[in-house]
Amino acid sequence: MKSHDTADQFRRAAAAKAADPRHRAVIQKAISSYSSAVARGKSRFADWQEARSLGAQIKWETINHLDRYLEQFERKVIENGGHVFWAETAQDARDYILHLARSRGVRKVVKSKSMTTEEIHLNDALAEAGIEAVETDLGEFICQVRHEPPYHIVTPVMHLTKGDIAQTFHEKFGTPPDATAEDLAGIARRRLRQEFLTADMGVTGANFAIADTGMIAVTENEGNARLSVSVPRLHVAIAGIEKLVPRLEDLAVLWPLLSTSGTGQALTCYNSLIGGPRNADEPDGPGEFHVILLDNGRTRLLADAEQRDALHCIRCGACLNACPVYKNIGGHAYGTTYQGPIGSVITPHLRDAEEWSHLPYASSLCGACTDVCPVRVDLHHHLLHNRRNAVRRGFDNPAQRLAFRAWLWTMQSEARYAWMTKLGAALMRLGLAGPVLRAWTDKREFPQPPAQTFKDWWRANRE
Amino acid sequence: MRVALFIPCFIDQLFPNVGIAMVTVLRRLNVEVDYPAQQTCCGQPAFNTGYWDEARELAARYCDIFSSAEAIVCPSGSCTAMVRNFYPELLGKTPRAAANTFEFSEFLVKKLGVTDVGAKFPAKVTYHDACHALRELRLKDEPRQLLRNVKGLELVEMTEAETCCGFGGTFSVKFPMISYAMDEVKCASIAQTGAEYVVSGDSSCLMQIDGWLRRWKSPVKTISLAEVLAST
Repeated sequence: MKSHDTADQFRRAAAAKAADPRHRAVIQKAISSYSSAVARGKSRFADWQEARSLGAQIKWETINHLDRYLEQFERKVIENGGHVFWAETAQDARDYILHLARSRGVRKVVKSKSMTTEEIHLNDALAEAGIEAVETDLGEFICQVRHEPPYHIVTPVMHLTKGDIAQTFHEKFGTPPDATAEDLAGIARRRLRQEFLTADMGVTGANFAIADTGMIAVTENEGNARLSVSVPRLHVAIAGIEKLVPRLEDLAVLWPLLSTSGTGQALTCYNSLIGGPRNADEPDGPGEFHVILLDNGRTRLLADAEQRDALHCIRCGACLNACPVYKNIGGHAYGTTYQGPIGSVITPHLRDAEEWSHLPYASSLCGACTDVCPVRVDLHHHLLHNRRNAVRRGFDNPAQRLAFRAWLWTMQSEARYAWMTKLGAALMRLGLAGPVLRAWTDKREFPQPPAQTFKDWWRANRE
Repeated sequence: MRVALFIPCFIDQLFPNVGIAMVTVLRRLNVEVDYPAQQTCCGQPAFNTGYWDEARELAARYCDIFSSAEAIVCPSGSCTAMVRNFYPELLGKTPRAAANTFEFSEFLVKKLGVTDVGAKFPAKVTYHDACHALRELRLKDEPRQLLRNVKGLELVEMTEAETCCGFGGTFSVKFPMISYAMDEVKCASIAQTGAEYVVSGDSSCLMQIDGWLRRWKSPVKTISLAEVLAST
């Protein structure tokens, strides 16, 4: 049973991290400096709530007219001399890139940070084809060196301290184990410069795909994405279909929302707009520009009117940072490309709904995610919707289903409820907690059942 | 004014003093209280676990029982949010009873316009924001206004006041290790304040917090907002 394996793996990984005090301390420290930066960032807005509403409106308009904007985008890219490929599945996207790489004699690919390439497992596919792929974002570079997936959609190595990274570089590159942050960045920079100069293809994601200009927008802090698209002779950008925005000027709202929610920056250091291959009169830039528009389950989410707004997501990572579950179990435990609340909302739609049906339950429904979302995705309510859908589709445990039927029968009658209350209190006084309750009482003291219930008291004190 | 009491099932069964305290405060403010005895549970455990058909039955039952009430007051933000915010989605309409249900501090401050209930509670306390009260009902200042007017009470804020305690109903037994870690983070933040009591409007959070505090023999005690307000 694949679904049980996935859920068990999650349970085990989550339990292990939740009990790891070092992990908790590292994440608390990282998120606490993030939170102060975001608070400063929000204070720069005349009205943060209004900006969120504007962002949500832009994405609502896009997602509800996605057919139109996608076709407009495609026309514009072609007009600008680029190519567009519609990938229904991850396999289609990988095949297109591999075919392109083989036919153009590509031996080395430089990549800027892109969760969509993680989603389609591009690096594994390239490696199998004998093509070297180099991650050029510092965080992703560290992940690649450690053979680890990104821990966080925005901050891939949030779980590592500077010391951990120095140790990794020491083991891999023989650098001093006590190298400073500047040293470490310098080491990565020197190695990566050579990679840019010798790469044949640059692969990026797209933070936004702009329908009215046919451009993609790439947001980054290190300049590595800009090098990835300007040095190699081919540029392939892979974008989920939800990345569309109608107009160039929409970025005036979405760029600051993304940077503020993502890192607390007023604007991210480099925001590149890429409009196609090099023109005849331009000194640099790629000879070919390809955009892959990836579905990979997104149209299933689009078809669900109730949860369609989950496609508003601009992947800022704010909901992860706000989530008390994420902060305690970390990004790797989820086993998904997209972690945290947004991942638990969309993964059952994008992937197998039964296999991932445990994730929406791994939340206390506290709602902190929904409050921070810059484009107002109704995250925690969608976790509830996913739970309801899982039950409707019969993915629930039959014993649990039976228990809720029995519970309903009890609660539908005052007499049965009173009888159950007495029975429960008697069992508790005897110290006979059932296995469900024991999961809670194992590590906590249960309250002593009182001598009288409120109902008893009311009968005696109604006046 | 006459109100109907909605006493959530676990408060009836485990924390009757919270309901009694609420009655005490309301009577002190000359509010007539009525308790429809047929009430059981609002259906939230089923709703949150995905059993919306089962929850719908209890939602309809609740709306029926409370249909004639002028206002319904409940000592839990969580159960109030279930009724007022989620019943409309669950039932596809907004029955009068759903719209007329109020959390206790909300009722006092917003409906009665009272922020001083004449209570006395000489202790240093910190307030835990229950998630549903805070984020579904948007109650942040109401309980604090009430606490600030309690004689002898010193209110200190904890860093993680708005962070979930990790209870989440069935979540706490489905994922006990995650729930426990969240409990631990919460209790560490409570301890940092040096408060003698942690106060909250939701007894389910307090049960989660108290369960940890007692297991670790912490000197910090839990008490509901209603009980603080009933003290004289």
